[in-house]
Amino acid sequence: MEISAYKGVFVFVEQRKGEIQGVSLELIGKARDLADALNDKVYAILLGSGISYQANMLIAHGADVVICADAPELNDYLTEPYTQAVCHIVNEYKPNILMLGATTIGRDLGPRLSARLETGLTADCTKLEISDDKDLLMTRPAFGGNLMATIVCKEHRPQMSTVRPGVMRSLPADSSRKGEVVMVNIPFKKEKFRVKLLSTVKEKTEMVDISEAKILISCGRGMANAESLKTVTDLAETLDAQVSASRAVVDAGLISHDRQVGQTGKTVRPDLYLAVGISGAIQHLAGMEESGYIVAINKDKFAPIFQVADLGIVGDAKQIVKQLNERLKK
Amino acid sequence: MDFSLSKTETLFLQMIREFADKEVKPLAAEVDEEERFPVETVEKMAKLGIMGIPVPVEYGGAGGNNVLYSMAVEELSAACATTGVIVSAHTSLCAAPILEFGNKEQKAKYLPKLASGEWLGAFGLTEPNAGTDASSQQTIAVEDGDNYILNGSKIFITNAEYGHVYIIFAMTDKSKGVKGISAFIVEKDFPGFSVGKKEKKMGIRGSATCELIMENCVVPKANLLGKISEGFSIAMKTLDGGRIGIAAQALGIAQGAINETVKYVKERKQFGKPISAFQNTQFQLADLQTRVVASRLLVRQAAFKKDKGQNYSTEAAMAKLYAAETAMEVTNKAIQMHGGYGYTREYPVERMFRDAKITEIYEGTSEVQRMVISSALLK
Amino acid sequence: MKIVVCIKQVPDTTEIKINPTTGTLIRDGVPSIINPDDKAGLELALSLKDKFNAHITVITMGPAQAEDVLREAYAMGVDRAILLTDRKFAGADTLATSHALAGALRKLEFDLLITGRQAIDGDTAQVGPQIAEHLDLPQVSYLEHLDFDGKNTFTVKRRVEDGYEMLQVDGPCVVTVLSGAYKPRYMTVSGIVGAYEKEVEFWGFEQIDVVESKLGLKGSPTRVHKAFSRGVKAPGELYEVDTNEAAGIIISKLKEKFII
Repeated sequence: MEISAYKGVFVFVEQRKGEIQGVSLELIGKARDLADALNDKVYAILLGSGISYQANMLIAHGADVVICADAPELNDYLTEPYTQAVCHIVNEYKPNILMLGATTIGRDLGPRLSARLETGLTADCTKLEISDDKDLLMTRPAFGGNLMATIVCKEHRPQMSTVRPGVMRSLPADSSRKGEVVMVNIPFKKEKFRVKLLSTVKEKTEMVDISEAKILISCGRGMANAESLKTVTDLAETLDAQVSASRAVVDAGLISHDRQVGQTGKTVRPDLYLAVGISGAIQHLAGMEESGYIVAINKDKFAPIFQVADLGIVGDAKQIVKQLNERLKK
Repeated sequence: MDFSLSKTETLFLQMIREFADKEVKPLAAEVDEEERFPVETVEKMAKLGIMGIPVPVEYGGAGGNNVLYSMAVEELSAACATTGVIVSAHTSLCAAPILEFGNKEQKAKYLPKLASGEWLGAFGLTEPNAGTDASSQQTIAVEDGDNYILNGSKIFITNAEYGHVYIIFAMTDKSKGVKGISAFIVEKDFPGFSVGKKEKKMGIRGSATCELIMENCVVPKANLLGKISEGFSIAMKTLDGGRIGIAAQALGIAQGAINETVKYVKERKQFGKPISAFQNTQFQLADLQTRVVASRLLVRQAAFKKDKGQNYSTEAAMAKLYAAETAMEVTNKAIQMHGGYGYTREYPVERMFRDAKITEIYEGTSEVQRMVISSALLK
Repeated sequence: MKIVVCIKQVPDTTEIKINPTTGTLIRDGVPSIINPDDKAGLELALSLKDKFNAHITVITMGPAQAEDVLREAYAMGVDRAILLTDRKFAGADTLATSHALAGALRKLEFDLLITGRQAIDGDTAQVGPQIAEHLDLPQVSYLEHLDFDGKNTFTVKRRVEDGYEMLQVDGPCVVTVLSGAYKPRYMTVSGIVGAYEKEVEFWGFEQIDVVESKLGLKGSPTRVHKAFSRGVKAPGELYEVDTNEAAGIIISKLKEKFII
């Protein structure tokens, strides 16, 4: 591989049923930074069927060129048709960098692509920068989040990375931005299409096991009434979080025992434990102390929960939860 | 002399610990509170082969040994002493004597079903007037054609009510005293056999402890275990093995209590620091853990000797004596270190204290163990 | 029916603690386990064995101590175990790792190749699909459930962000399994007693079908430039402010921590 021949910061744009996924816009935003640092252009790869109308939106969010493959074979995501399409585009355009969202699609497509292209892929990057040598520095968590590593892919192209949704920031849409749209025709090898999509079903996953949740919003005595609980369940929906509780709330019959955190309930270690109206009795702390990041809201400045909280707020839990929900919903 | 665990023992410990933690511990408080025999746990254990650990593969067992068995009873008991004794009584007091003293037909008939957990086993020696003085049996067995007819009653029998197979001891010749006792394999459906009153106990409340009533109970001659008049010797040898199980149970209770206490003292803050920072707490825990490790070594040694076919009754007596008294001391101090909270049922240590007491009494009281140990020493 | 399951021995990352003074990882005394996603994959294989009398081969790539996970798999009920180990594999990134495994898998016959979705130490979710590509086999990732028609067709339920997909594929194929998909069975006592008596095959570079240049450090397009820990947990911050400000502080902190 003649490294210097590879140019362009490419983003694989993910669409589901015609809707462009937010992570792709975030990646285009980041691609803009990287492209500026490299004095290069941002390319968006848009695959789908009847999808080309979305190209302008991508340009408005920062893409210089949208490479669009519009074919019925690409209507729904399947590994092989999408891998063939992206590979065709990569082989033609020779990108320096290729980014994908770390979603169920990105984590299925990314590795398959990297193997077909025999290049390096770094997953779940939380930081991307250009080094002094003009390499892409890809930083990611390892060991269950306890350790961070910065990876480089010096001698292979494209340098590929997947990025989690919500990590990068998208640029505000600017309809005055100019860009180019290129339509490509993919010469599919249909004999390789060996997986059939039978159906797609939309639903919310049943997660009664709070110990699997990444984010827990936990209510205590201070929130032990139906009205306050509603604010919590609303915020949980906004954050795609689970609701848990201290014993007081369970004993009051407001929430089921399988959501109880503590000595006589479950031990949890979510990435975020938001304790609202929980005093922090020792039986409760025992069940959540090892959480990644603990935020506690309580009206009592001396509540023991503040001893283990990373961020403590003395205030009206119900009101703050309401505010958070309003702000985050947008 | 290698004190380290073998790879197999390490793998076994991993399994039994996970099982105890995930399947047994969550039910422990409820089993105690409701005095409920944990039927579903016994089913799960049966599926994994935990009801037949030391029984050879040829008889449908898991082909393990007494060391693994003692580890199982320890880990199960650390989570729930009731569950531990169910396995112990079934294995040591019913499956073991059939394995050791049964003839070919008896082994083929009973061991596979006991080892698979399809049938639960029990041991009926104790009577209203025969506790420590076990030889004062009043249950009688009289020959009648192809059968023996048994009359009498037994009390404090573990696994009764749910048991299918009972090793019952009865006098076949009153004139011979101790040498006139014989052992029988009795199935719950034999005519004249019934389970009577269930005891309300201080601890191991989920364990079914009942009276057995034999009223002209018909037992086929084929179910005589061992030789006629060999009964007392069978009982004593069986209890040697049972002592390993109970010692393991007591050990498990003690270790469980220490584990809970260590967790608690690290969290509980008084006077601005966790109480684990106070030397009083530290020193007490040091003493208690040392005693527990000593108990463990005694249990393992007794199990090891039994596996090697060596005489182990003194070692088993020492293990039971020491582990039981350790369990009492540890659980008592555990409650103390928990303070007021330890006295409530919100924390498991008060249950562990109530569970511990029986280990000083059944399968030979601590006094009996002292008799066994001193007689070996002073002969 | 023949099944191969790829498993990995990993440190139990929920047990890893950070030294509060130095902020570095404390690796001593951290137990090693079978990667949870892989263990669910093992259970899938075992349930297919229960139903269809399938033959299960389990393979792991790792240092000598990885043998323990193969023994555990034997105790759960697999039929054959292979440890893929060779100095030539050392320093491999996911691509080189997948080439080594593919090299071994070329020597095995199977209708279904099962891998876990991702390992809890690397967290990349790359090796399974990369192996599928090297072997030119179709893949389905994020498997939550699998049905087999007894002949050659698999119907797979694939978990996606907002629901699930039903897909159909014929063997041989590759699936990557989610830890929540199947609850792994316990090892049985007799399984454990026999586990260390069974044969574990040791395969090295000589036994597999792949070119050396694709392996190890030399075969790895990505390298670690540097590694660092997240830092010591700072003492908590306490704010006594009005509702609006409070919400603002919380949101900005959560963004800072990549939680939202």
